[in-house]
Amino acid sequence: MLDTLQAPTTTSSMLRVEGLKAYYQMNYFGVRREVRAVDDVSLTINRNEIYGIAGESSSGKSSLIKTIAGAITPPLRVVEGSVKFDFAGRELDVYADPQAMKAARWQNLSYIMQGSMNVLNPVRRVKHAFHDFAFKHMGLSPSAFRARVEKHLQRIGLDPHVLESFPHQLSGGMRQRLTIALATVCEPDFIIADEPTTALDVLVQQDVLALIKDIQQRMGASIIFVTHDMTVHAAIADRIGIVYAGRLVEEGPTLDVFRRPQHPYTAHLISSLPRIGDNKKRSALPGKPPNLADPPSGCRFHPRCPLAVDKCTNENPPLEARLTGRVACWRAGEVQTA
Amino acid sequence: MFKILRDMLRYNIEFAIGFVLTLSIFLFALAHFWAPLPDTAIYLLPPDMPPSAQYWFGTTSRGQDVLWQMSSAIWNTMLFGLTVTVLSRLLAVAVGMLSGYLGGRWDQALMTLNDTMIALPNIPILLLVYFVMRDSMSWPVLAATAALLGWNYDARLIRSVTLSLRNREFTRHAVFAGMSVPQILVRQHLPYVMPVIFFTAMNNLIWAIGLEVTLSVLGFSDINRPTIGGMIYWANQHQAIIAGIWWWIAFPIIAVVLLFLGLFLLAISVNEYIDPRSRLSRMGA
Amino acid sequence: MSALLELRNVNKDYRIGGFFDSSTLHAVKNVSFTLDDSKPEIFTIVGESGSGKTTTARMILGNETPTSGSLRFMGQSITAIRSRAGKLKFMSKAQPIFQNPFEAFNPLSTIDYFLFSTARRFLGLRDKAAIDAATDKALHHVGLSLAEVRGRYSHELSGGQLQRIAVARALIPEPKLIVADEPVSMVDASLRMSIVNLFRDLRDRLGVSIIYITHDLSTAYYISDRVIIMYKGDVVESGVAQEVLGNPQHAYSKALSQAVLPPDPEAARKIIMAKIA
Repeated sequence: MLDTLQAPTTTSSMLRVEGLKAYYQMNYFGVRREVRAVDDVSLTINRNEIYGIAGESSSGKSSLIKTIAGAITPPLRVVEGSVKFDFAGRELDVYADPQAMKAARWQNLSYIMQGSMNVLNPVRRVKHAFHDFAFKHMGLSPSAFRARVEKHLQRIGLDPHVLESFPHQLSGGMRQRLTIALATVCEPDFIIADEPTTALDVLVQQDVLALIKDIQQRMGASIIFVTHDMTVHAAIADRIGIVYAGRLVEEGPTLDVFRRPQHPYTAHLISSLPRIGDNKKRSALPGKPPNLADPPSGCRFHPRCPLAVDKCTNENPPLEARLTGRVACWRAGEVQTA
Repeated sequence: MFKILRDMLRYNIEFAIGFVLTLSIFLFALAHFWAPLPDTAIYLLPPDMPPSAQYWFGTTSRGQDVLWQMSSAIWNTMLFGLTVTVLSRLLAVAVGMLSGYLGGRWDQALMTLNDTMIALPNIPILLLVYFVMRDSMSWPVLAATAALLGWNYDARLIRSVTLSLRNREFTRHAVFAGMSVPQILVRQHLPYVMPVIFFTAMNNLIWAIGLEVTLSVLGFSDINRPTIGGMIYWANQHQAIIAGIWWWIAFPIIAVVLLFLGLFLLAISVNEYIDPRSRLSRMGA
Repeated sequence: MSALLELRNVNKDYRIGGFFDSSTLHAVKNVSFTLDDSKPEIFTIVGESGSGKTTTARMILGNETPTSGSLRFMGQSITAIRSRAGKLKFMSKAQPIFQNPFEAFNPLSTIDYFLFSTARRFLGLRDKAAIDAATDKALHHVGLSLAEVRGRYSHELSGGQLQRIAVARALIPEPKLIVADEPVSMVDASLRMSIVNLFRDLRDRLGVSIIYITHDLSTAYYISDRVIIMYKGDVVESGVAQEVLGNPQHAYSKALSQAVLPPDPEAARKIIMAKIA
């Protein structure tokens, strides 16, 4: 299905994912299993945009971004579809040209990961991390590189002295700022952020989000931002894609998705958010998230959907344009929002 | 059980090879019960006959058939090795799991004992036991002594696994579900310790067989009872290599190498099968 | 009126650091509160990592001993319980719910083993049918049945279901108190409400008091009767939940409540943009 986005023609696309299918294919002593973690996903991310991907655990959202980053290892395999980046007019097909992909890493495409400790080596000073990740890609002399890193840290609001410290000497918020600094020091065009605020204390969460937003605006980069926390999406995503059971079920500008959710699943996610100052009883969604090794027929949400009709059990709804976004639901728009 | 065996044979080539090797050696060793001559008898056959249609693996300088000697020898050596392994595994599991789970003073006491045992030199202790026991020295006593010397490294390994399990939430949950210490250790923790037991069992078996060979070659065991080490001892006594009686030494060594190889392949493939991660993957986690 | 649980000036210190340069970490400082026996409630301890909230929970459950101060449960000192019989008696009245539902049950063993063990040990049941009946009854309290759970492994169920089974297991001995340490932080958003609603239900229907430990102010506001806010071991504010969380007084509680992002794009965006400027 070709994507004809509602986006204005002036913004050009940065990433095009078309009909992407990525499955875990396993074979243990004769027990064969196939888990369809990414099942026919098409999406486009524009230049200078924060695209939020929301979904629950094992909905396939992490597999989706791993596949987009070209960072998959068996048993996860791309079965069909393509992932294409457009870096300043230079097109890059992730799965057709691994060599070019390797060259683009960090320079054009970088990551902010969930746990800062996965990136920062606990027994080496922080400056070594910068050296390991970015030095090669920048083609600068050591002293020019150091100056550039210090300037970048200052821009992010970190004292350049942190370069001389060990990770354990820094607070959690500080470490996460450092991983953001690491990911952005090469001024990449595209950043993949995987739950960057989940492991943080509540008090620093807003600061880290503001930092990500600020850098993104100043560099004009695109970010794909994955988190299960809808309030984080509300705070910084320009558009949101909702993933359920390996499929994109709804996509649209953040404000519209929050105000007029078209898919019953999205509507539930939003209405179940508790807020301070309101403790009237909120309903819970029945049932459990589907098993991707054996997903329900038709629309994968139908066993838990309050609006399900016979058609939902039998036919898989396509992701179609509706209002300002896209939605995959036979009863789109019939949702009552609280 | 049969289904597991069938699946393993079909889908795991290492297991299939290991299984066939070990099984053939086992059957060969089993055959000694039907040997035409008693295995301790000497000079009943012409000595120093090279391998031929009549004596497949030749005969020894003591007038024994190498084929039947080997059959008994492998059986006895295996019996010794397995006894040591089973006994020392029991000790290692008991000490390792209790020490890791109970922690505190128990842990300190058991690990002090453990580390002291590690520091003891094996061979001199066994020789000491041999000199003390003298005539009443039999292979079960030797096996028990070896087992007492062979559990300490593995107890430490098992302790570390239990230590990490102790801090997992399900262990605390099990305590609040009223489970007793034996229930927690056997029902909840043992499945995670199993792969360690299997893998160390392999190492231990090889060590035990090696120990038996060493002691026999030195002559510190019941030399009339055929074992792999005993065969090498007698071959040495008769200067078999210098005399060109190569079959007396070559065949037992080949048999032992094949046995080790078979057991090793079995151990690694069974290990993969019972490993919690692979188990969970098969169950569909 | 008697006290179900009474903490009086409870302190917990840890020695940290090496042999030569050790220092003392005051994990919990002077915490006191009382839960009333006749009035079941949801008592919430709010705090970030390092606030001492989990240490407090562990002391209430008898997994840690306080450095000083007293913890009394139904009139008896928790720290004085030594014998296995005493521990079992205590556990039959105070039960925990853990953070990660996928870790709460051994992945390699069936879930029902935990349920049956609880029924056998705390209710003293020997008969298979009676054990089944007690388990089934507890599972009905959380909207499940034994038929759905028997013989299942944890990976076959969702986090929300597992957490409800964990609650059901805790309910089998008919406890007076449940200590739930971050019970929804690892549960998916679509299932979180079912757990939180369940706690309300337990309080109202079964008269169980619940100590709910969390860093999430919005669910705390949603279900709590009373709340204490902990910061680096100190209780900085305490009182009726709606008052404390709706109108915080202490600087830390204020900062904490301001750190909660509103679930609305316009309001949330305003906060973020204000931080950038």
